[in-house]
Amino acid sequence: MLEVRDLSKSFGGLKAVDRASLDVRQGEIVGLIGPNGAGKTTLFAAIAGFHVPDSGRVAFEGRDITGLPPHRICAAGMVRTFQITQPFAKISVRQNIMVGAYLHTADRRLAAREAEAVAQTVGMTDQLDQLGADLTVAGRKRLELARALATGPRLLLLDEVMAGLNPTEIVEIVGVIKGIRDAGITILLIEHVMQAVTSLAERVYVLNQGRMIAEGTPAAIADDPQVIEAYLGHGAAKVLRA
Amino acid sequence: MSRTALLCLAALAAALVYPLLVPNYLVNVGMLMLFTAFLGQSWNLAGGYAGQTSFGHVVFFGVGAYTSTILQVTYGWNPWLAWPIAMLAGGAVGWMIAVLSFRAGLRGSYFALITLAFAEVFRILANSVPFTRGGLGMLIKADQRPENFQFKDPIWIYYLALALCVISLLIAWQIARGRFGARLVAIRENEDAARALGIDVFAEKVKVLTLSGAMCAAGGTFYAQKYLYIDPSIAFGVDKSVEMLLVTMVGGAGTIFGPLIGSVALTVINEATRGLASVVPALKNVQPLSLVVYGVMLVLIVARLPDGLMGLFRRRPRHA
Repeated sequence: MLEVRDLSKSFGGLKAVDRASLDVRQGEIVGLIGPNGAGKTTLFAAIAGFHVPDSGRVAFEGRDITGLPPHRICAAGMVRTFQITQPFAKISVRQNIMVGAYLHTADRRLAAREAEAVAQTVGMTDQLDQLGADLTVAGRKRLELARALATGPRLLLLDEVMAGLNPTEIVEIVGVIKGIRDAGITILLIEHVMQAVTSLAERVYVLNQGRMIAEGTPAAIADDPQVIEAYLGHGAAKVLRA
Repeated sequence: MSRTALLCLAALAAALVYPLLVPNYLVNVGMLMLFTAFLGQSWNLAGGYAGQTSFGHVVFFGVGAYTSTILQVTYGWNPWLAWPIAMLAGGAVGWMIAVLSFRAGLRGSYFALITLAFAEVFRILANSVPFTRGGLGMLIKADQRPENFQFKDPIWIYYLALALCVISLLIAWQIARGRFGARLVAIRENEDAARALGIDVFAEKVKVLTLSGAMCAAGGTFYAQKYLYIDPSIAFGVDKSVEMLLVTMVGGAGTIFGPLIGSVALTVINEATRGLASVVPALKNVQPLSLVVYGVMLVLIVARLPDGLMGLFRRRPRHA
């Protein structure tokens, strides 16, 4: 469904993403993990059209979308959320979600109905009339999810939807994400927290210093010495094994 | 019927009866108030809803005023026919400024400054090219017949201003409740999020500035027909830009009634200070006193009521 090949992106002299490749197949939940500053968000931004990659190729459902602007990619059926939540602060949650729903309908009533349906999916029905600015961190994360869902995507790119949430909230949002997948939407998610990924993703990619260093099931990844070293430092794998 | 709808009808009825009850001087004051609300609304679409603050909106006003006046004076057009052409010209200039500045990625204060620069460029051009007759300005021959877009009785120009104001309110209402308005607000609140959600930010911004430019240009023609004279500093002066921005900010940017409320408030202040200055001798030398009050008011509003006077009426967002 999503095919990323040898994608590179630098900022000045810094290679944020260095020839990274990944595949997402229909119906999967795929995780993308890596230590801080590994280039996860940059890779996401390059996939979703926010950065034009220096080289490499991104294909979505067989169509080359490299370098297309974000709104075209969104219209094609792939939408991202932001790690740093970006609610439309001065309008209600309902209106926030309607902006997403307006992608495929110009009808106000229809958009409002869809917003309500999506709000139910992510568990925001009680907050529909709150202002975007008045939401808690957990509420904002849900709103990010809701707005993206309202655009009717087939592939959802989630950038750290669990960061900053407490354990109860994480359990809740994991349930929401599973529900979304069960509704037929494929998901690629970035997580900093390994634990969150293992409970969700069937396959995990590990990015370190811009390079893809491993790919596999969460269990296999957790045992991979390269991954352990990426997180804990050089020699850590040996220490752990001993 | 909702309370808002009833209030609107009552206000409209009052506005219709008002000129029949007051002397000509006050009819004129009312006319200017409605007209300023109309211009403010054109600013509000781009500056209020879409958040593209412009310091040079007068450029559209001036283009409209000059287009219809040149067509009329130089080429003998009927001003009613020249009116839509003036709007087209204003829309075209809006489109051009939008494409140039948004293509270059200008946002926020940079966009505001570039609009100011455009207005100045147009002012200087109007001062120097032959077909505007430079600094001499252009005089429209007085011929007070309705088919000539000139009226003997000020009541008609008042009703025309009222019509413009009502139309501008309907346009704002229609935009605000629909998809276009939702997209503009999304762009104002967060451009990146808007893009992620499939909004073609560039196209929407160009669209709104084109519309805003056409509306404002319609005001330019109206003004020229009322005063029968324009020159570069009237048509492209900073004052009008400030006025449009001020009434909208005071009333409430990004609200349907903001420009109208702001225009009412500023008109009342204007008349009150003028009255005060004529009564209190010490204030005679503070000219114009209204500007001092405007200034204080703007500071207070920005500091205390960021949503303008409308913020007093509406604490919660209205549901779609």
